[in-house]
Amino acid sequence: MNASDHGSFRSPWKSGSVLKSLLTLLAIWLSMTTLQADQIGDMVQANWKEQAWRFLSLRDPAVRAALIGSATLGALCGALGSFIVVRRWALLGDTLSHAALPGVALGFLWSMKKDPMTIFIGATIAGIAGAALASLIRRTTKLKEDSALGMTLASFFALGIVLISMTQHLPNADKSGLEQFLFGQAAAMNDDDIRLILVAAVVVLSGLILFYKELLLTSFDPGFAKSTGAPVQIAQYGLTLALAFSIVVSLQAVGVALVSALLITPASAAYLLTDRMKRMVWMSALFGALAGVAGAFSSFLQTKAPTGPFIVIGATMIFALAFVLGPKHGWAPRRWRRWSQSQKIRSENLLKAIYQTLELDNGHVSDSGAPITQIRARKRIPEKKLRKELRSLQSSGLITQVGTGESLEIFFTPKGKRHAMEIVRNHRLWELYLTNSANFPADHVHDDAEKIEHLLGEDMVRRLEKLLNHATQDPHGRPIPSLDDLEQSRSDSDFESPQSTAGYRHN
Amino acid sequence: MTFLEWIPEYQAEAVWIAPWRDDFWGSLYVTMTGMFIVLSCGWVGAYLILRRLALVGDAISHSVLPGLVIALLIAGKVTSSAMFLGALVAGVATTALIEFLHGASRTKPDAAIGVSFTFLFALGVILVNWFAGSVDLDADCVLHGELIHVAIEVFDPESVIVAFGVEWPMTLVRMAGVSLVTIVLILLFYKELLVSSFDAGLAASLGFRPRWIHYGLMIALSWVIVSAFESVGAILVIAMLILPGATAYLWVNRLPWMLTLTTLFSPVIAFTGYHLGVWLNCSIAAAMALAAAGLFLITWIIEPRNGLIRQGWVWMKSYRSFMAVPDTN
Repeated sequence: MNASDHGSFRSPWKSGSVLKSLLTLLAIWLSMTTLQADQIGDMVQANWKEQAWRFLSLRDPAVRAALIGSATLGALCGALGSFIVVRRWALLGDTLSHAALPGVALGFLWSMKKDPMTIFIGATIAGIAGAALASLIRRTTKLKEDSALGMTLASFFALGIVLISMTQHLPNADKSGLEQFLFGQAAAMNDDDIRLILVAAVVVLSGLILFYKELLLTSFDPGFAKSTGAPVQIAQYGLTLALAFSIVVSLQAVGVALVSALLITPASAAYLLTDRMKRMVWMSALFGALAGVAGAFSSFLQTKAPTGPFIVIGATMIFALAFVLGPKHGWAPRRWRRWSQSQKIRSENLLKAIYQTLELDNGHVSDSGAPITQIRARKRIPEKKLRKELRSLQSSGLITQVGTGESLEIFFTPKGKRHAMEIVRNHRLWELYLTNSANFPADHVHDDAEKIEHLLGEDMVRRLEKLLNHATQDPHGRPIPSLDDLEQSRSDSDFESPQSTAGYRHN
Repeated sequence: MTFLEWIPEYQAEAVWIAPWRDDFWGSLYVTMTGMFIVLSCGWVGAYLILRRLALVGDAISHSVLPGLVIALLIAGKVTSSAMFLGALVAGVATTALIEFLHGASRTKPDAAIGVSFTFLFALGVILVNWFAGSVDLDADCVLHGELIHVAIEVFDPESVIVAFGVEWPMTLVRMAGVSLVTIVLILLFYKELLVSSFDAGLAASLGFRPRWIHYGLMIALSWVIVSAFESVGAILVIAMLILPGATAYLWVNRLPWMLTLTTLFSPVIAFTGYHLGVWLNCSIAAAMALAAAGLFLITWIIEPRNGLIRQGWVWMKSYRSFMAVPDTN
């Protein structure tokens, strides 16, 4: 847990000498045993600040490498992941990453040491072979895509495990480090790995920028893309190749099991926040980089833990935030919109009930108060709920309540009366429209009008009135409050501020 | 050392006879445990294939890990009831999470699967690392279990059950029980599963509640996965789940035959896999998965009606007749 053993932690990849790796193992083992002697809490307490400072000051080259590597990977996979997510290829990434494992092992067996170049080539070839095999299974058998992907994933992974467990019995080979491809250890990345990541990032990202238009077109509308002569097949192959590249360079840091999260999770978060592809790519790259930094930092504080899981947890936290709080597609805003809509409908229904209680036979509305007993008879909702809704109407300035208990009477304010009139007018106009123009029987129109009365906008009402020749009676013989009545009730409330007319439109 | 020299020399006697001659009971334990794992996974997996849930199986096989770790932490030691409860919670939670992400936002189903299982698996790996001292699990066995441990389990008197005058290792007995329960449950609810797999609407109209059946299947799936977990690991379970059923599905078109063939495949896969593992001196569970993949590959190529050879031949014939057309004119 101090500077020296971090230095030795990454040395074997550089020198590769047996003695040094043995020393490293000894150092790790020693630090682990002291760790176990301490309570976990004590350990974190003692080193937390020091470790955080070491990380933030960036004076340790291992930290710099891990940080640059994880952030670049996050951005690379995030940007590429946007295209994967909109194409619904999310689980192809998972298959590819598992399929790369036998390539890692073969690349190792080729050179008999952990040489990034042969491992990179082997893993890329194996990954692409996996993708091709899954597509071939899907096209030549009756198995569906999910089975084809799952089978390829499992078979290649099994082959990888067979090869890796075979390397464990080999004499004279530096076989340490292969296990890291399972879970990832960013702290173990050396300069060669970083260089590889940067090259892959530059190649893939410039490919994305250069062929952005083609990729966009073929992702969203392959049929149209084909008709315009865009190379649909080539775009697909190119994207698969880029996917294989990015996954293979990420294996070292994140591991086989979790690399697909780097592709899917930041892009899914971005997908919840925007409807524009360009913005989605940028956001997703940013989220990926953030997750990479967060993951490298947290795993640095806990040297025992691999990096991959922390990067994934970081990315999932970003996704969770977008999922819950995203302004347009987020869960909480949507629930809020639905709740406020139902609140609005409830209070409008109560206003209507008061209106109907006060309505006189000649179509005018009495200026006296509506006794609560009559409203209760009309609404049939629990007493407590009724009182609560009345209070909320009063606080929005639509009614005033006079008296207490059973002798409570409700009076409209001018604003409330106008709002109630609008609702009743909408309801009766719609009933009339359905009977006159859509030939509904008069006893079948009430339920539909109950729903639409809350939704009709001012324009629509004007058109309905015109269409129905400014009729004054609904199909049941009750008067429809007209525009004139509304104007009159507006002039009653001239003393109100001009903004209050905003309530006139159905907001 | 040149390339390919790392493959051990193939000697028929050493690969096929020596293991049984030197350690008959050990070989029997390993093969039988493997067979029961393939059997129980294969039966559940057949339904996953038909319901297009293969990748949900992948997801649950990863996400049982945190459920398992938490259950073990609460119970304090490895007990089958704790494992069952952990698997149950994990399976239901994963299924519900996927449905929630997909239902309550515009996240597509494939992305919802990917986001949920990677998160749960990452959580599980971190928990394993944190509580490595107090939980008898290590990260590597999560990915690829050690089936060979079954053979040495009999030396521990606490994990041995005596039946038919022979000592049987606990893991073998447990997997046999799991297979039996899985098969009995599937046969009991055969009609419900059949109808809801092929026509959810009809199942609902018959009063079968497809949602409950879905969750029931997911619970059975998590239970099978968690039982096989220790021996084959999280990812190789997928091979056992999908490969036997998919192979059977290429041969036949009817569900009862698919289940029968899966049953017949399980000893073949276990036996071949065991000897493959002995030959290559590698992880036995991975070798069994590879044997299952080999069985699929052979089927894919030679199956008489739709196999690759047949398809190639048909294509060739149509190509020839197409090329022959100008000559006749």
